[in-house]
Amino acid sequence: MPHRSIGWVRPFAFVALLLVAWQFAVSRSSTHLLPGPIETLGGVADLVRHGLLLKYITASLFRVTWGFVLAAVLAIPLGLFIGWHRRAEMAFNPLLQIFRPISPLAWIPIAILWFGVGDLSAVFLIFLSCFFPLLLTAINAVQRIPSVYVNAARNFGLSEGGVVWRVLYPAVLPQLITGLRITLGVAWIVVVAAEMIAVNSGLGFLIVDARNAGDRYDLVVAGMVIIGVIGLLLDYGMRSLEQSKSLRWDYSED
Amino acid sequence: MTFTRDGKSTPVLHDVNLDVAKGEFLCIVGPSGCGKSTLLSAFGGFLAPTSGEIRIDGEAVLGPDPRRIFVFQERGLFPWLTVEGNIEFGLFKLPKAERAARVAHYIKMVGLDGFEKAYPAELSGGMKQRLEVARALAVKPDMLMLDEPFGALDSITRLIMRGELLRIWREERNTVIFVTHDIDEAVQLADRVAVMSGRPANIQKIVNIDIAHPRDISSPRYLQLRNGILEQLGLAHQI
Repeated sequence: MPHRSIGWVRPFAFVALLLVAWQFAVSRSSTHLLPGPIETLGGVADLVRHGLLLKYITASLFRVTWGFVLAAVLAIPLGLFIGWHRRAEMAFNPLLQIFRPISPLAWIPIAILWFGVGDLSAVFLIFLSCFFPLLLTAINAVQRIPSVYVNAARNFGLSEGGVVWRVLYPAVLPQLITGLRITLGVAWIVVVAAEMIAVNSGLGFLIVDARNAGDRYDLVVAGMVIIGVIGLLLDYGMRSLEQSKSLRWDYSED
Repeated sequence: MTFTRDGKSTPVLHDVNLDVAKGEFLCIVGPSGCGKSTLLSAFGGFLAPTSGEIRIDGEAVLGPDPRRIFVFQERGLFPWLTVEGNIEFGLFKLPKAERAARVAHYIKMVGLDGFEKAYPAELSGGMKQRLEVARALAVKPDMLMLDEPFGALDSITRLIMRGELLRIWREERNTVIFVTHDIDEAVQLADRVAVMSGRPANIQKIVNIDIAHPRDISSPRYLQLRNGILEQLGLAHQI
């Protein structure tokens, strides 16, 4: 089917066009405010040659994974509990509303004070940046469940545990997965910032270090491009989870 | 029965006395907002009356019970389960083989063969309603409570669904309590029609529908009964 293949090629063709325009603009300019794509590619090759590319990517992904997974494991059950019990929500809500608007980056000094410069600090910052959004997602997801589902389940004689497992859990799953996808994106943004200050490896460190140690802007942009590509891949992976058939329903079906 | 909201309490039902016989098809009609659904929710055990009590087979109703299944306006289906999964939902206490047999039986009864693996979102309004009835019947309840079940359907589907419900009821012989604001619907379906007054509501009159099924909806007796109920509700014969 020719139309299909054209639809697939179009975004790539457009990116290629932009790259050419970028290269052209940089080569015509007398100043050196931005490295061109060829220079950037050279930067990536440099990183590969020194064995840093894989090392830094692994370091960043390692921190994101731990912070994200820890936050999910703690925030989701807690959020489901709070959402399910009105009294718990009344108790937790003021605290949540205070913590939520604090940027995870504001925690950097405290993270370093508590955990020193190293992986633990970065993981802690990622954890914070994921914990509150996931907690709120889980609470909202529970509260959005139409009461008719819970009533129907009780009518069929389900125990409290049965209602949680057979109604609450499947009812919140699509929203939770969307929440996880968005939060993973946030975590990927925060890890770069955290690595600029709290550690000395990873893609965020690469960017700061490249500038500090000799104004290697080719490496700075190379780092940015790699961050973008990995972020895209992470999002793509989470999106494919969302597309699973049993999750594709929504309340607003009719 | 009284509701309290923002410190103000609104009496909804007052002095309701209603006996329902086993295997009977009872319709409850009344002006909108009169408390028909509240009464049905109390029968179902979802609301507790502020005074008085509801007894079924001599036993007080204290909460929802699988012997009395409430059918919501097609909204009670679980959208994450298939047709099969929805019908199977209430059968968790049965052995696997019997579960499968029941599911197959009720899918056939409501004419959803071929849609076993479909999700509710892929079904039409009438099919969803049939599915919800099938899910309710599958647990073999003594009593079915339907709260304006066909209210969201178009008029053609609604007529078909009435016929289907009567056919199923003749096969299963559950006690049916059916709330509607449609007087024709009530006279077409019910053995008896309970007419409710405005708020705070009570049962104004109980009308016996002494016409055999299938009912001729242009017969003089049908029109007479229907007009009698319209008069009870204080509605003129002409618009």
